Amino acid sequence: MANDVCFRTLHLEQPWTLDSYRSVGGYSVWEKILKEKTAPDSIIAELKTSALRGRGGAGFPTGLKWSFMPRNVEGQKYVVCNSDEGEPGTCKDRDILRYNPHQLVEGMAIAGYTMGASKGYNYIRGEFWEPYERFQAAIEEARAAGLLGRNIMGSGIDFDIDVHLGAGAYVCGEETALLESLEGKKGQPRFKPPFPASYGLYGRPTTINNTESLASVPVILQHGGQWFLELGKPNNGGTKLFSVSGHVNKPGNYEVPMGLPFADLLELAGGVWKGHKLKAVIPGGSSTPVLPAEIAMGMTMDYDSISKAGSMLGAGSVIVMDETTCMVGVLARLSHFYFEESCGQCTPCREGTGWLARMVHRIEHGEGRQEDLDLLVQAASQIEGHTICALGDAAAMPVKSFIKHYRDEFQYHIDHKKCMV
Amino acid sequence: MVTIEINGKPVQARPGAMLIEVADEAGITIPRFCYHKKLSVAASCRMCLVEVEKVAKPLPACATPVTEGMKVWTRSPKAIAAQRNVMEFLLINHPLDCPICDQGGECDLQEMAMGYGRDVSRFHEGKRVVASPDIGPLVATDMTRCIHCTRCVRFGEEIAGVMELGAPGRGEHMHIGTYVEKSLSSELSGNIIDLCPVGALTSRPYRYSARPWELKAHASVSPHDCVGANLHLDVRGHNVMRVRPRENDEINEVWLADRDRFSYLALAHEERLLAPQIKRDGAWQTVDWNTALTAAAQGLRSVMQNHAARQLGALAGYGATTEEFYLLQKLLRGLGSNNIDHRLRQLDLSTQEAIPAFPWLGQALADLDNLDAALLVGSNVRKEQPLVALRLRKAARGGARLMAVNPVDYDFNFPLAARRVVDPAAMSQELIAIAQSLLELNGEQAPEGFAALAAGVVVLDEHRLMARNLKDAAQAAVMVGNTVAYHPQQGALLMLASLVARLSGARFGILSEGGNSAGAWLAGAVPHRRAGGEASDSAGLDWRGMVSGGLKGYVVLNVEPELDCIDGAAARAALAAAECVVALTPYVTDAMRDYADVLLPIALFPETSGTQVNVEGRWQGFAGCTTPPGQVRPGWKVLRVLGNLCNLDGFDYDASDEVRNELEAACSAVLPSSKLVWKAPAALPTRGSGLSRIIDYPIYSVDGMVRRSAALQNTPDATAGVARLNAAMAAQYGVATAARVRVTQSGGTCVLPLVLDERVPNGCVHVPAGVATSAMLGADAVLELTAAE
Amino acid sequence: MAQANIELLTPASRAEIDTWVAKYPPERKQSAVMAALRIAQDQNAGWLTTELMDAVAAYLGMTPIAVYEVATFYSMYQLEPVGRHKINVCTNISCLLRGSEDVVKHLQQRLGIKLGETTADGRYTLKEVECLGACVNAPVAQIARQYYEQLTPELIDRIIDGLE
Repeated sequence: MANDVCFRTLHLEQPWTLDSYRSVGGYSVWEKILKEKTAPDSIIAELKTSALRGRGGAGFPTGLKWSFMPRNVEGQKYVVCNSDEGEPGTCKDRDILRYNPHQLVEGMAIAGYTMGASKGYNYIRGEFWEPYERFQAAIEEARAAGLLGRNIMGSGIDFDIDVHLGAGAYVCGEETALLESLEGKKGQPRFKPPFPASYGLYGRPTTINNTESLASVPVILQHGGQWFLELGKPNNGGTKLFSVSGHVNKPGNYEVPMGLPFADLLELAGGVWKGHKLKAVIPGGSSTPVLPAEIAMGMTMDYDSISKAGSMLGAGSVIVMDETTCMVGVLARLSHFYFEESCGQCTPCREGTGWLARMVHRIEHGEGRQEDLDLLVQAASQIEGHTICALGDAAAMPVKSFIKHYRDEFQYHIDHKKCMV
Repeated sequence: MVTIEINGKPVQARPGAMLIEVADEAGITIPRFCYHKKLSVAASCRMCLVEVEKVAKPLPACATPVTEGMKVWTRSPKAIAAQRNVMEFLLINHPLDCPICDQGGECDLQEMAMGYGRDVSRFHEGKRVVASPDIGPLVATDMTRCIHCTRCVRFGEEIAGVMELGAPGRGEHMHIGTYVEKSLSSELSGNIIDLCPVGALTSRPYRYSARPWELKAHASVSPHDCVGANLHLDVRGHNVMRVRPRENDEINEVWLADRDRFSYLALAHEERLLAPQIKRDGAWQTVDWNTALTAAAQGLRSVMQNHAARQLGALAGYGATTEEFYLLQKLLRGLGSNNIDHRLRQLDLSTQEAIPAFPWLGQALADLDNLDAALLVGSNVRKEQPLVALRLRKAARGGARLMAVNPVDYDFNFPLAARRVVDPAAMSQELIAIAQSLLELNGEQAPEGFAALAAGVVVLDEHRLMARNLKDAAQAAVMVGNTVAYHPQQGALLMLASLVARLSGARFGILSEGGNSAGAWLAGAVPHRRAGGEASDSAGLDWRGMVSGGLKGYVVLNVEPELDCIDGAAARAALAAAECVVALTPYVTDAMRDYADVLLPIALFPETSGTQVNVEGRWQGFAGCTTPPGQVRPGWKVLRVLGNLCNLDGFDYDASDEVRNELEAACSAVLPSSKLVWKAPAALPTRGSGLSRIIDYPIYSVDGMVRRSAALQNTPDATAGVARLNAAMAAQYGVATAARVRVTQSGGTCVLPLVLDERVPNGCVHVPAGVATSAMLGADAVLELTAAE
Repeated sequence: MAQANIELLTPASRAEIDTWVAKYPPERKQSAVMAALRIAQDQNAGWLTTELMDAVAAYLGMTPIAVYEVATFYSMYQLEPVGRHKINVCTNISCLLRGSEDVVKHLQQRLGIKLGETTADGRYTLKEVECLGACVNAPVAQIARQYYEQLTPELIDRIIDGLE
């Protein structure tokens, strides 16, 4: 039931090597495609059947995204992998790069073939030096084995991959900011339309997928879309990597089926530490709304259930907070993060994130004003939906959800100039 | 066309047009800061958010393409809420220092805050303060006011082609700046003043001097280059306080060169001549107009009486009005002399008969945007006609292949698809090679006399590439620039460039020097043609003839020959030796006091009415908008009275319009043409030993006004004159380590700082004209160079 | 314009930059600017001078301001001198929940400097960074290319003792 997809090499001695990957059936799909020239449409159909949804946080169906790519347009097209993992609470892609890099190589190669792109770039965040080296070694191993390059295995198919290293900017996880960064510019998101599928890297058709999404593809095609779908639940196919962090006994990355009850995931992670009680959970990374324990305990870990609970599955980054947590302090830290990471392009985000961060900071430090809470919610709403990219929304949602569920704690800070917990 | 609905009103729109453009055309105002119709879309200020049917979030009108049936509300509660929300964010860190801000009264932020802002701020945190860098003498910065619209950055990147301003930093720390302390070097930098929607970038010379509501805008035309950029002169009382572009899509669009914008600072220069003066017994006396004009007329008449009318000559500056040119030649011809010229920078006038009615661009300025290929010959277009370069850059961004045959590898703001950088003496060979290549491509027989010229000329791949690019282009042009005008074999270069154009099917054009060459030609300010292009009854002397022959009497109009003439030393000597020199001049210099006998103060362009004819042949009239200082009078009025006092008929004008009407009637049959009838140039002279002088007029040395604009003179483009040569030449001449060099040309010597510059070809030294330091040099093709001290 | 001196980039740096340039289409050398700045920073004791950025601009055919924009946008570039060991401590949510405040406190005491400062002997710079993406092993810090995870005061002491 676990480690069936992205972590399928994890039990091996040196899971990142080509031999290890081959031993679990790695590259069999790619070799089959090279030999049989599988119809790209059938690959896309299989992905659609699998109900694989974008694992970077947005949850857009991967098969549908691939189908937008104008495969028959002349000229260079690109496949870009987004390994700019930076959403607080998220560290799953790092482990794919470190422990199963070949599966990502294979996933990117299949994507390139399917969408008629002969070149792929993997954008890895600059801090990830060890994962970069592992992935780079995998590329070189794959090239040496004749699995990448020109006219691969005499198939007439070309595909190669290079790494682009970031240099410290959360916003580059946004796909168009990532493209700008790949072009050697500031990582400022582009407005859409046009979408990358028509105007992407260097103005060419480009598809950008998350690391986990691409790494899932070889396994889906090996076992079939239906198999993957049935690992999870309808519309929420497959397994998912959950990074469980915070106040648990065994924080870690867990690959489990979609639809697993949150309570079970918490148990896998050893339960809340120190025998404390669960207070709150951020289920999908810092940008997703916080949920109080009683709501979280009733949900299952899939897009639909978490959405119904009032939050989002996001990148599957489960941040667990126990009863001793000061929610004002946590929000102050998160608001500071979005303030630090706003690219500065759009007015509401550039100006608003600083405003939010300063207000929450004041409240935390006993300088809150009575009108601050309403103003915080209003200012957050004024950012939300008014910016080019989703960073503005991401900055707004924690503010709104923290105040919605824990308003009394904030009010206490304002009234008593100290924390109630 | 698609039909959309804005605020319930059906509007026709081009499919794919952005909503904001469509609304603008329909007269529906949507607030905006970052959007500008001439710049790429940033969609970042978010001020133009509007409500669109079936879309949950408000959409930016600047980045939302229209589609059939789209329903848009720009003033619905949802749209207004979005706009107000954005406005609040824009204001929280804005200093609101409107009372001390030069933008106050014409500030987009101020205006929109009136419409969308709150009366009380809800922001109780500390406001952001941003350091304001010194970016040079033209643009003042107050970056705390900046709202990060990035118009200025996009202007540099997209329009001017010089990326100097950027937006370093991230998030709230992002700021507009240069990162390192530096002056803007672009010749178009002043446009960011207009583009800035707030008071972050304002005019430095104008700073704190007026409020917009005190100013009255007058339409005018720039006299500094052949584009004839349209201006608004903002006047308070009798003073021009600043200059802004007057939008004209066919000419300058919404832009101005810095030269057009900041030359007004020379209006009040201390060298302004404010009252008529006459020299009596070697001493200057200020006199009334009547005395001065009588003395002038008498001086001219005595030359005629003591010698002959043909001992009179007239030298005119490029920037005079067409009316002034016309009256000047009418005066001279009335007195019986055809000795009149304005082409004081042209050394070789041998093809003057072949030139059509006036030097023409061969197309409209706006046509340049759509060129697919162009060959520039002897042109530093970026600094000679900055707004032409801007259009060429636009063409290049659209894929045009621009090419150049030049004596210096000039820094253009567009990429060159091919280039030949050669000794000026070898430029004709380059054109011959291109023409030869075209003849081969066409399978055409060479025109008469060409074969002899082409003997021994080597055709290189680069020449073939140029030929093919021109020939393959649907819209192509060959354009000669000012370096050709200054060239000792101008005639040959014009003939050969025109041949290249004809053989490739390209339009041929001349980017004429100065502001009103076209007007001067049409008005008859040339010795061989009268107004309207009619041949003179007998050919008069051109300026070289007038200077080398040493006439007895001269009328000098709006020109400082010691600097403005390409052989300033010779011109000055000839004037000094004359019996009578009457100078109609806005400024007085020591040189002028030395050679002139009568000084008549005339108006500069903001102070007089008149007409400029631009390089397209467009007649652009303008009115005077300020009273001239002191006793200064418009040049046309001075010439009119002078005509009366010389007892000539036909000088009874009451208004400059009457002068223009008379000239226009004379020009009624003139059709613009750039066709030169082929006549093989005489065998090209072989180059002597020594260094060739590459000569040009630096952008801020082209006329008396720009030379006296203090702000322009403090920019990086201003120069007091340096000698440039490449390192190999410097070594060959033993000056590699010299800080200064002694340059001798035609017997004149000067000492100039040496700059090593690899853009200068072998065998050449680049020494500019129009600057005092090199004014004593002559016109020989080669010069000598040694280390100084 | 002052001529940028590409010789400021060591031959080894230029060779390494070339390997990155080779990853992109020939007319897209600008894509290598991030790598080039990292390499330039590494050869210069961990920070970028304006002259080095100008050299990168000249080497890649970019305008200097475009390079400055990149260098000031990404947090891993240093535009002021830093200590020989730059200690990047994550204080974001998962690390906060697992005691990053104690990590910072311990480091500040041990090194005698505050966040954002460099020790007088130039050995250490202490820098607060945003999420390093190793949340399940919080609290986390990065020194040079190496991650240090599940930090405790004892572990921090051992790490610092092990730095040269």
